Amino acid sequence: MPFQVKSLALALAAFAASAPALVVSGAVAPAFAFDAFVTNEKGDSVTVIDLDSLKVKATIPLAQRPRGIAVSPDNRKIYVALGDSDQIAIIDPQKLAVIEEFPAGRDPERVDVSPDGKTLYVTNEDSNFLTFFDAESKARLGGVRVGVEPEGLAVSPDGKLVVATTETTNMVHFVDAATRRTLANVLVDSRPRMAVFTPDGSEVWVSAEIGGDVVVLDAATRKIKDRVKFDIPGLRSENIQPVGITMSRDGKLAFVSLGPANRVAVVDVKTREVQKVLLVGQRVWHAALTPDQKYLVTANGVTNDVSVVDVASLKVVKSIQVGESPWEAAIPGPPKP
Amino acid sequence: MFNRFSRPLERGLMAAAAAAAGLLLFSPAAPAAPAADAASPVQMFKIGYLRRAEPGTAISRLEMPAENNGEAGALVGLDDDNDTGEFLGQKFTLVSRRLKAGEDAAKTLDDLAGQGVNFVVADLAEGALVAAADSPAAAKMLIFNVGAPDDSLRQESCRANVVHVAPSRAMLADALAQYLIWKQWRKWFLVVGSHPEDKLWADDLKRSGARFGAKIVAERVFEDRGGARQSDSGVALIQKQIPAFTQGAPAYDILLAADESAVFADYLPYRTWDPRPVAGSAGLVPTSWDPSSESWGAEQLQRRFERKFSRRMTALDMNAWTAARMIGEAAAHGAAGDAAAMKAFFLSKDFALAAFKGQKLTLRDWNLQLRQPILLSDGRNVVSVSPQEGFLHQFSELDTLGYDRPESKCHFK
Repeated sequence: MPFQVKSLALALAAFAASAPALVVSGAVAPAFAFDAFVTNEKGDSVTVIDLDSLKVKATIPLAQRPRGIAVSPDNRKIYVALGDSDQIAIIDPQKLAVIEEFPAGRDPERVDVSPDGKTLYVTNEDSNFLTFFDAESKARLGGVRVGVEPEGLAVSPDGKLVVATTETTNMVHFVDAATRRTLANVLVDSRPRMAVFTPDGSEVWVSAEIGGDVVVLDAATRKIKDRVKFDIPGLRSENIQPVGITMSRDGKLAFVSLGPANRVAVVDVKTREVQKVLLVGQRVWHAALTPDQKYLVTANGVTNDVSVVDVASLKVVKSIQVGESPWEAAIPGPPKP
Repeated sequence: MFNRFSRPLERGLMAAAAAAAGLLLFSPAAPAAPAADAASPVQMFKIGYLRRAEPGTAISRLEMPAENNGEAGALVGLDDDNDTGEFLGQKFTLVSRRLKAGEDAAKTLDDLAGQGVNFVVADLAEGALVAAADSPAAAKMLIFNVGAPDDSLRQESCRANVVHVAPSRAMLADALAQYLIWKQWRKWFLVVGSHPEDKLWADDLKRSGARFGAKIVAERVFEDRGGARQSDSGVALIQKQIPAFTQGAPAYDILLAADESAVFADYLPYRTWDPRPVAGSAGLVPTSWDPSSESWGAEQLQRRFERKFSRRMTALDMNAWTAARMIGEAAAHGAAGDAAAMKAFFLSKDFALAAFKGQKLTLRDWNLQLRQPILLSDGRNVVSVSPQEGFLHQFSELDTLGYDRPESKCHFK
């Protein structure tokens, strides 16, 4: 569906985003009220949270098993992978409603978008494929055979590389985004769940849920260069199960969700040191930062809530009830023209 | 719920099947599996699967073991290993042998060795397993015990070349006991079958009760007098027999049945004199796997298994899958050259197996038992997973299940 509607709010937001003074000055309060979109895996819905009031403003019903969620680069579309419906749903973040659904292969778990917004990448957990879709026509462009249970998905900042992790094969697969050819298959630690590029594109961070660490790969050589360990006093190593990784836009901090340890570790990206450990809800999966980097919102799978972390003070400031089994969060910025 | 079985079986058929179903979506040009570095030859791994002559039995026809019980799990594990192997230039195959009645396990093992098998997944009874492990052919082998829960194999009869993937009876009993204590069901009525393994299972339940603070308020033996387990008139007979058998017990919270031979336990629920729940060999059962488990990504494994074999995945299947994955993991880490290298890998910090149980599985160095959570199943769903919260341990909470290091009587030769 094309976006022809131009509301006053949209125009204002676009203006705010393009006004350099507002963007450069970090001291100015955000001109745009951010909403967090949280997928509820068992609730079959997305909960929308207003991040000014920190209150739930809407619940969007969806088909079955929503997990992965991604925002288009123009912030006008939110893609949600519906694992048991074999579909991707597209949500309009202004209307807070599903505007389109399309078939996305068997058991889509995560979805991501190319920086130009033209291509969608989907990991099909039940069929060992990384699948490419045309974002406009929704046509399947092709697929890449990866290992067993593909899950983690990341796109390099320049859009040239797509990275997928496979949970049972324990690999990171580097794929050329243009040719859809596999460039490298790298064995990492047990049950890799998520991959993210550092904002400069030089490193790929991969969480190993059962391995209990984060593997840092060099994006150019595609070799393991480091590991982030989580030796946290008072916590059993079995309970430290890194899943989600959220990196700050300046590339200085990584927030690593530790699953059943019920904590988010704040990691200095450069030194790989854990700076602080934040107690959040139970079985924390994925998280998202507000575009102004003020808040981190974590999806806590067992307690059915999200924790809101104030990034400046690194303190949990609020818990908000969402739907059943929250899985991932996405926070779009103001829509771009 | 069985529509999942109608899903395409083969990766290559996926596109065609999707088109046939009117879901025309995938182009048929499925990319070829990525080849490993063309310069290096493919590494081959032959894995043996050795199983007992007797097929096992059950009271309920729903529980009758399939012909390929266990072996099917190994084959799905091998599929997973081979999917990884495609990227690493490794290929895994299974050489399967079923013992004939009275056949010597050691001889069959020798035959497997002759075919270049170094790693054997074994579903054997206690005696046959020890005989196989002590045979000359096994000296350079690593045997994965998937079918024998005997504590003796982890204790005084332990062997340096036997890795225990199956949980021991002591682990199963502790897992159940922890949950019953958490429920505050501390008064147990124990009913024991008349076969030796029933007695062993009952001994472990008693040990767990003593460890965690339960009391056996009554104990009765259910004699196996032979005959059919179920017959046309059976239902009426059992309805009268079980209440009488369980009558007059002192006040108890739960009845525990120790019946590994499937003679009576499944007849207890809903038929006891007092309205009490049943656990142990029926009712709430501790197990290494349940086909209803869907947590921690288990759904994916259940689907892979059901697609391939059109039946549900049992605990024995899961034990065999786990053994196959352990071998695959060792190979992926370059530690499958021989048995010694593989064992060293399992005992190293690099070994952390993901097996859909919510945490990593590792190996106990004092008796080569795989550390693992135990599921508690009511036959329909997973009721709980032990270790239970609050049962603490100095090193690993998983070591609250079974014989811990200080209790170990295992001295490897």
